[in-house]
Formats: sequence, structure tokens, C-alpha cells
Amino acid sequence: MSHYAMVIDTRLCIGCGDCVVACKSENRTPTGLNRDWVVEQTRGRYPDLTTEFRSERCNHCSHATCVLCCPTGASHHWQGSNIVLVDADRCTGCKACIAACPYDARYITPEGYIDKCTFCHHRVAKGLDPACVATCPTHCMHFGDLDQASSRVAELLGKRDYKTLLSGTGNRPNVYYLT
Amino acid sequence: MKRRDFIKLPGLAALGVAGGGLLSGCQSRPLPGSGEVTVTPTVCEICFWKCAGWVHAENGEPWKITGNAEDLHSGGRLCTRGSGGLGAYADRDRLRQPMLRVEEKGRQRFKPVSWEEALSFIAERMEQIGERHGRDRLALLSHGSGGGQFKRLLNAFGSHIFAQPSYAQCRGPRQVAFALTYGEDVGSPDRTDMANARCIALIGSHIGENLHNGQVQTLSEAIARDATLITVDPRFSVAAGKSRYWLPIGPGTDIALLLAWMHVLINEDLYDHRFVEQHTLGFEQLREHVQSFNPEWAWLETGLEPERIRATAHELGRHAPASLVHPGRHTTWYGDDTQRERAIAIVNALLGNWGQQGGFYRPEKVELPAYPAPKPAKPASDWKAAIQADHPLAPKGISHKVIEACIGDQAQVKGLFVYATNLPMTIPGIADKLNRAADDLELMVVVDTLPMEVTGYADVILPECSYLERHDDLRNSPEREPSLALRQPAFEPLHQSKPAWWMAKQLAERLGLGEYFPWQDYTEVLDWQLQQVGSSLEEMERIGVKTFPRKTGLYFSADDPPSFRTASGKVELYSQLLADYGYDPLPRYTPPQQPGEGYYRMLYGRAPAHTFGRTTNNPVLFELMPENHLWLHPITAADHGLKSGDYARMKNRVGVRGNPIRVRVTERVSPRDLFLAHGFGHKAGGLRLTDGVGGDDGEMMDNIKIDPITGSTGMRATFVTLEKA
Repeated sequence: MSHYAMVIDTRLCIGCGDCVVACKSENRTPTGLNRDWVVEQTRGRYPDLTTEFRSERCNHCSHATCVLCCPTGASHHWQGSNIVLVDADRCTGCKACIAACPYDARYITPEGYIDKCTFCHHRVAKGLDPACVATCPTHCMHFGDLDQASSRVAELLGKRDYKTLLSGTGNRPNVYYLT
Repeated sequence: MKRRDFIKLPGLAALGVAGGGLLSGCQSRPLPGSGEVTVTPTVCEICFWKCAGWVHAENGEPWKITGNAEDLHSGGRLCTRGSGGLGAYADRDRLRQPMLRVEEKGRQRFKPVSWEEALSFIAERMEQIGERHGRDRLALLSHGSGGGQFKRLLNAFGSHIFAQPSYAQCRGPRQVAFALTYGEDVGSPDRTDMANARCIALIGSHIGENLHNGQVQTLSEAIARDATLITVDPRFSVAAGKSRYWLPIGPGTDIALLLAWMHVLINEDLYDHRFVEQHTLGFEQLREHVQSFNPEWAWLETGLEPERIRATAHELGRHAPASLVHPGRHTTWYGDDTQRERAIAIVNALLGNWGQQGGFYRPEKVELPAYPAPKPAKPASDWKAAIQADHPLAPKGISHKVIEACIGDQAQVKGLFVYATNLPMTIPGIADKLNRAADDLELMVVVDTLPMEVTGYADVILPECSYLERHDDLRNSPEREPSLALRQPAFEPLHQSKPAWWMAKQLAERLGLGEYFPWQDYTEVLDWQLQQVGSSLEEMERIGVKTFPRKTGLYFSADDPPSFRTASGKVELYSQLLADYGYDPLPRYTPPQQPGEGYYRMLYGRAPAHTFGRTTNNPVLFELMPENHLWLHPITAADHGLKSGDYARMKNRVGVRGNPIRVRVTERVSPRDLFLAHGFGHKAGGLRLTDGVGGDDGEMMDNIKIDPITGSTGMRATFVTLEKA
């Protein structure tokens, strides 16, 4: 069993949206619907300012409320890992998972099923990074298995300060932001 | 390759943007890449950086473009725009067939015609101009890979008038200032060794919002290694947010800061004595010149506290030579831009970073022989003397001067070719002149992929295929390591579009100039050139990028000292050449014109999602950023009763009112300035996604500050008021 995590260095992220475009091409998401997005947060008053950019997506929670609430079992953890997938054949489009997701990471496709970030599990299965990570021109995104102590993601979380989003939900999210 | 299957598919224009609809019910789509995948090498044309990558098609349908891992320009990672490159192919508004103006000039009444008709028309008009006025009376304005083909055509015909807006509207001051100081330009890609720098100062350069790929990557590397980043910008740019020092300078006062930095570096003895003594000329004059420009003086001009000016000068000096002031790229701001760039060049010389690790490296390109073909004869006349004599030091054609030279009965230019550059949104305040030029020209040809504003002025429109459907010259840019990259067609050209090499050759043959284009297919040229350097087209089709060993060191050393192609053979801190032509031999600070009561200074820049107006109709990039926003400080917004999401219009001092543009209220801009990304507010009429969307900074520019040295257009003295839209 693998514990996949994405670690994103907000010190380096420039909010360019390459992750969004790369995801869109790789996964052919429908026009107007995206599996990832960029948030800009500026604090302070001119000229005492800080800006944080965050590339956001499904957090592939270890304790995923979307999986727990799915009445058909369409939302599931992939191969016993924490990667959350939706099996379109079993999805009825009831949207319970959309209500249950704290991150607003899911959408309904024109075909009627729910879709979301897959951590590019089709690439992960081939030993590749997700498309967003592979294209990021600032190298601010990292992907790997937290259970492997030697992985870059484990190393980064070991030595840098980090945060997760909405950590109080108990969902145990797996997208980490280095601060 | 699967190209041929591809053209047969109906509704191709929607590919890559609307994958849905092909499937029904709640059945999942197959996983990406599970079909038959083919890859074709490409060189991106979404911006001039020209990263090398791979075009992926799955089951014959366009899928994605990724970077080539061997490519130094991209490090295997394309930027936002490059990743969205398929949108340039899929754009449903592309020019589809040649078109000929059939009504009077100025109206967009074009009749679709055959290639034969369009090319014959152009050839006849060219001959006519040659007979009536002389064969040296055609001009080319160009930006992009295929421009060289038309340049060759016009040169063979006997005309040499040539300009790129990337000179007079962008990098001109930097190019001239570095050539004056070091005897050579910074070049492209910029030779900044940021990955190894310990301290980097950006003067108004918003790397991160401009996504020049290698620049973004090396700056990011520097930040990751905790290099000291100093960003000088009135706006809290993305780079400012990554900086240890953000200096929110008063707009247009950069030279004052640079002079104060020189003052501190010299007076506190922080400059590189060895470099200055061995390699520079005019240090004593410089020392004397900067004595009165201490940080306290600069404070009054720039609004920056003296301690911050000193601290940042100390940082620059402490890390030298692994320390640099970035020359920037778009440098046409206030009209004294060559002087500002000279000041940047001089601070760098004091840091002794030329050819040093962490400063400026020595770029090297491949010595690639030209395909054996007759050389066009030398120009019969001195066209620069005829059209831009007032800027004798300008090494390149000045685009707006070329347009001015199209106006009037006695005009120097009688026929104009415009290749892939949308003049009305590129050159500030050019609309009226372009109208007059179009009236007087006997021939105007526009070559482009999309119906832009400039196509409306043409007599003939030639539809070029996108970069994903054509061969172009090999990319051979100076880099850390010499390398070649191949652009190969990934798909058959859509509609009736054609590559530039084909158009130029066809025209040449109709003009009896076929001998200058002695190839049936451009692959012959590419293969021959590659064979000369031990490669082949076959090899490049497999690998896309080939890197060659360097012949010189990446940096200079005691055994391998630098030489400078200036008149003195030294780095000219004091420029005798400038003095001889009546310009300031040492950078002089001129206080900028201020907006005045009720006006704001309009600042503009790039957004990472777009290459200005060339990509705003790209369906993939349009989705990411459909419109630009007008950034207002909260005080400005409150004064005008505006909030984020409202629409406003800018109005300049001569009464021009802009398009409605959506307001973004943010602390990231000062209360005295406004900011917007350039490239929006298209009015061409044929761009269905982007027409009429967003604001165009260019049309607001009424107070252009011409740089006397380069002839370039300073665009940051535009003052506007606001109206609710």
C-alpha cells in the first residue's frame, strides 16, 4: 500500500497555471471544468505585502468523506492506496460526494458522472509524476510515496515547515504546502 | 506518423477543447494514453523563447504537447502557453484560404481566392512597384520563425527594408546599451546565469508573469537556493513577492536608484577592482559623475529609503561576481531607456560579472552552414539613411519608422509585407498612421494564422499554417551548450493554410527568382544542414534536440580572458561614441513626467497565460484567462465607486475611451498607478472568443516617449482617468 502525497512549495509557485493547462490536456477535461486550479492570496497593505499562490486539487484524503458517503461505491481508494477515484460505471451522479468534499474538488461531467483529480494514476502506474508535477516550470511541485522515507516528498516534509488545507476536518488530506 | 488520418476527421477544430459528446451514458472514458500514441518533435512558436517539445497524438487525435528533456530552453518543461499550444492548431477562427481585397482600402471586404490568384496578384504588383519606383521599395515587418523566408524573398527582389517590433517596442534599448558598453548584446535566450547567482536584482522585470521559460526556471532555482532577490517595481509583482527586498520605486526613477547603487559600490569600495582596471574604460569619469548621487539624493527621487538603497547595494557587492542586475527584456518605457540600460550594464561591470559564474555566461551556438544557394545582392540604397536618419546609432530597423515611410506620394516604401505581427496592437499610437500607410501603399500583404487587426489593412491575406503543421528553420539559439532543435509537422495543414517557406518559394518562382530557393521541399535544406554537422533529418525526427560540445569555456578565466568588440576593446563605462553623437556619455537621470491631478499612470505587463494578443483567442488559454483585469488600489477603487468585478473604462488625456475592462481591486498596485495585462481588447471582428473582451493598453497610449538613441517607443507615460462602464 502506498501513501501518495503531493508537496507544493509556495515559496516557488508563481501561479502561472501551467498545472491547470497540463492537466486539461493530459486528461482531456471538458471545456469549463478543471481538476486543478490556482489560488492567489495577498495579505497586508501596500507596500507591506505577501502573496501566496497555491495550486489546488483533490487532496486524496486518507479519511475521505467522499468515499464514505458514496452510496454506490463509485468513489473508492485506488488499489488500497489513498488515491481517490470515481468509477464512472457505478456513479449515478447523485452529487453526495460533491457535498461531502471539503475542497470543492469534484464536478459533474457533461456525460453525467462525477469527475475529479486522479493524481494521474494512469501515469503513476507507469512510474511517472502526475502531468501537473511533470510540467511545472518552477519545480515547485513534488509527488511521491510518503511511506518511503527516502522519497523527495518525505524528505521535504521532514525538513521544511508545511501546512495542509482545512486540516481540522479530520479528512487527513495529502496535498501539502511548504511555507 | 498519423497525420493523414487526421485531416479527414470532421469537426477537427473542436479537438482538444471539447472531448465530450463523443461518449454517451455514464461510461468512463478510456485512460489517457491507452490508445496508439505517436510523438512528433516540435519547437514551440507560442513565444520567441522557442522551447523544444513533443506533440503527442493518440489514435490520430491531438492529445498534448510536452517538453523535450534534452532541451536547455525548457528543461523538458513547457510553460503554460506552450502546454496550451494545441489551441493554436484547433482555433476555429484560423485563416482558411488566401483572400484578396476587392473593395476600396480600409474596409474588410475580402474575397476568398486560390493560391494561384493570390500569389500572381502579389508578384504582378511587386513587378509593377519595381518598374515604377525601383526594386528597393518593398519592406518587411516581421516577428516569428517564418519571417526569414520573406526576408530572403524581398532581398532577392532587391529590397532590404526590414524591421521587427521586438526591437523598437521591446528589447531595443537593452540591445543598444549592452552593445555600447560590452560590444555585444545580451542575446536570446538571455545569457543571465541566474541558476548560479547569489544575488539578483530585477529592474521592473516581472519574470514569473513573463514566462520566458529558462528565465523562470533559473530564477526559481536561485530562489530555492536562497539567493538574495531584489525586485524594483512600483507594483507588487509575482517576483516582488518572492524577493528578500522589494523596492516599490516611483515609476520612471530607476536611473536614480542605479546611480545611487554605483555611488555606494564605488565610494564604499565594493566594486571589482581587478575587472575595472583590466577591462573597463572611463572609471574615473564615472566615479566623478556619481559623487552627488548618494542614496539620500535618490530617496527624494525614487521614494526609497536610503538604508534600503544601501542595503541592496551591499547585497549586490557582497555576492559579486555571482551577482547581477538583470537587463530585463521589454525595456521601452520612458524614453531614456538606453541610458537606464547603460546604467544597468555599468552596475554589472562594477560587479565584474561578465563571463563569470552567477553573472553572465558565454553563450555558444552551433556553426551551421547555410544551404548552398545564390546570395541576394547587397542593398542598392541606404534605406536606414532614408527612413531613420534621426537615429544613427539604431542598429536595426525601427518598425514605426517603416510605417511612416509608407505614407505620402514620395514615400520610400511602396509595398509592405507583414509577417505574423499584429501592428495595431503592437506599436503604440500607430492606428492613424497605419490607415494612411494603407491608403498610400500599392501593395500590402499580411501573412498570419489568425484574422488580426492588421489583416484588415491588407490587399492580400495569406493563411499560414500553425507551427504544429510546418517545417521552419532549425532552432540554433546561443545557449549554455550549443544545440539544434527541429520543428516538424505533427499534423497536415488545416484548410488551405501553407508554411512560409512554400509561400516565399512560390512567389520567387513567379518573379523569376526561383534560383534563390533551390529546393522542392524544405526538408532538403534541413537535412543538408544537419548532415554538415554530423546529424541528419532522420536522427532529428527521432530525438528533436541535439546538443553539441562547447568550443570555449562557459565562463572566462585568467587563462581565457574576455575581449570586447567596442571601439576601445574595453568595457566602455564612459561612451565616447555616445558623446560623439551628442548623447550623454554617462547615464543621466531625468525626472519622469507625472500624471497630474485626477490621472493615473497606466502600467502594463504580461500575464503567464498569454503571449499578448497572439494567444487570447487560443481556446485552451482563453479558458485559463478569458479577459484581463484593471488592477486598482482600494483607495482608487473607492474614489471611483468601483469594486472587484465591476467594469470600468480608461480615458486618456486626448479623450480616447477604452473598452470596458473588469476591475480587480488589489493592494498589489499603488494608489498612483493602474495595471493591466497587454494583449486584450481585440477589435478585429474575426476572433470569436476574444473580440471586444478586455482592455487594450495600446490604444490608450498618447504620450509616446521616443528614445533618441534607439528610436524606440517609451510607453509608460500614459496617463488616464477612470469611468464606470
